[in-house]
Amino acid sequence: MTPDLLKQGAQRVAHKLEKVSTDTASGGRDASYGRVHTAGEVDVSHGRILYLEDVSVSFDGFKAINKLSLDIAPGELRCIIGPNGAGKTTMMDIITGKTRPDEGQVFFGSTIDLLSHNEPEIAQLGIGRKFQKPTVFEQLSVFENLELALKTPKGVKASMFFKLDSVQSDRLAEVIHTIHLADSVLTQAGNLSHGQKQWLEIGMLLMQDPKLLLLDEPVAGMTDHETERTAELFLSLKGKHSLMVVEHDMGFIKTISDIVTVLCDGSVLAQGTLDQVQADERVIEVYLGR
Amino acid sequence: MNPLNHSKIELPGREPLFTGKGWTAFLVALLFVCLCVPLMNLIVPQGHWLHFSDYAVSLVGKIMCYAICALAMDLIWGYTGILSLGHGLFFAIGGYVMGMYLMRQIGTDGNYKSNLPDFMVFLDWKELPWHWTLSDSFVATLLLIVLVPAVVSGVFGYFAFRSRIKGVYFSIITQAMTFAAMLLFFRNETGFGGNNGFTDFKRILDLPLATPNMRMILFVLTGLTLLGFFLMARWLIRSKFGRVLQAIRDAETRVMFSGYSPLPYKLSIWVISAVMCGVAGALYVPQVGIINPGEMSPANSIEIAVWAAVGGRGSLIGPVVGAFLVNGAKSWLTVSAPEVWLYFLGALFIAVTLFLPQGVVGLVQRLKGGRS
Repeated sequence: MTPDLLKQGAQRVAHKLEKVSTDTASGGRDASYGRVHTAGEVDVSHGRILYLEDVSVSFDGFKAINKLSLDIAPGELRCIIGPNGAGKTTMMDIITGKTRPDEGQVFFGSTIDLLSHNEPEIAQLGIGRKFQKPTVFEQLSVFENLELALKTPKGVKASMFFKLDSVQSDRLAEVIHTIHLADSVLTQAGNLSHGQKQWLEIGMLLMQDPKLLLLDEPVAGMTDHETERTAELFLSLKGKHSLMVVEHDMGFIKTISDIVTVLCDGSVLAQGTLDQVQADERVIEVYLGR
Repeated sequence: MNPLNHSKIELPGREPLFTGKGWTAFLVALLFVCLCVPLMNLIVPQGHWLHFSDYAVSLVGKIMCYAICALAMDLIWGYTGILSLGHGLFFAIGGYVMGMYLMRQIGTDGNYKSNLPDFMVFLDWKELPWHWTLSDSFVATLLLIVLVPAVVSGVFGYFAFRSRIKGVYFSIITQAMTFAAMLLFFRNETGFGGNNGFTDFKRILDLPLATPNMRMILFVLTGLTLLGFFLMARWLIRSKFGRVLQAIRDAETRVMFSGYSPLPYKLSIWVISAVMCGVAGALYVPQVGIINPGEMSPANSIEIAVWAAVGGRGSLIGPVVGAFLVNGAKSWLTVSAPEVWLYFLGALFIAVTLFLPQGVVGLVQRLKGGRS
């Protein structure tokens, strides 16, 4: 052993450690007893922000979700496709607390059991959801819609005495720019176009600053130009937030997707890149067979 | 996403409680209630064209009580989208609490010269029932006027809203609630004077009730209460709390997925609304001199909703205007053509629903907007 070799060896070790800590979500730490877990913080040290296992739910004997297992990594943008009735919306209902599964487990991070929380609690934990049909507060202005969605204490008393501070105003202004509604700050949400309402709802999700966004057909009814801008937005969110996007627009999915999951009859049929799943025999059969 | 661009956006600031015009109107109303009416009734001699008659004082006083109810209805129906057809119950509860105190104030001046209220002597009761314990104290009465409607509505609302009962089902249940209470109060055993209720009041705070001065004091108090509640409602509605209520009305699921639990919001505005009705009832009873279970009849509660609808839901001044318009028409029609009144009321409700979804105030605003 020469001093040179020792030095090279030390560099190699340091480089490897650094690579592990930046490349993996857990920062190279493993699940050990000594790790501090902060209450209310989502624990993603296992590399998974959302974790569904063997989830089933049936409505009047119809199995809408059948032994569904799925997981999503922090910062991932996952696209979900599938024919009508595959259970895409029901899956989102289960994650957000709207529907209770008959069996199975749903975890947010590795410590938060979503099945023991209701809708408002899940929203406060950091899961935002956009509905298939744009749902905004039609009688309120764009500004008021976003202000309501802002991440603040959500109790009655807090709301009565709420006053927007400058940090929150800046955040609001930033989101209004992001969703291209700077010219319609005072417009009643009910008077916006369909595409603009979709944007506003996405903006409301951003105000919540969620860790995971569930987006149900976000570009439905948008013009090509608007769809393009939405794709840009989602790609810019990727990494900072985790996204789960349900869409039928294959062009849009092609632009944004890394991994695509195909749902059919309430469970995962195939998973991979868009090219991979499109080449899959079973997927072709499901889509063309109906 | 260039941060420099952000400065271009004008974010709206907090809306003031009133605009300049609004404050002027508010002060005019305040002056009218506290100064003009007392002067025109007590000082200006009878027969003078400026004289405000005793009849008019009692009529306007009564209608102001109704206007408080209509305002309360607007908060829960117009702003939160929950139609209550049982608000007459809270009005009657407030009235009964006040009535019990006024009954005790009669002292031994009743027909039977007994210390007990006449109807108890008639039923051959020897002592006050337990729930009359606090009725001798004016302070306790004031507290109970607020507390009893709050507790009744709180318990009812908690279970109804927790079970996520909405829309027409909620309306029907509230209607059933007031009807059930009416049947209960009709019974003699419950100790509320049966179908005759309470009447023949003589004094309040040991002062005689049937004097021009006392009538005027009650009138001014009612007016101040109405104006006070109006300010409170205005403050609530323009706070973020008020916007959450409107959001619940428009898209409750989105409210939940934004992290708000709708239950405490609905419950608090429901209780506030019920308490307002209770206070209105307590002011109403000494002015009209009677309270009986008829106040809990389903028709009364529906009428409150009609006032709010006619005036205009979703604006605060609307229900007040509606209460004055409908009750003004009522007091005129029931004298000149009593058999027509109910048909008129029904036709009015249909017409407003079909042609004036925003009520009279909405119509005026539309006409104004069309002109400018």
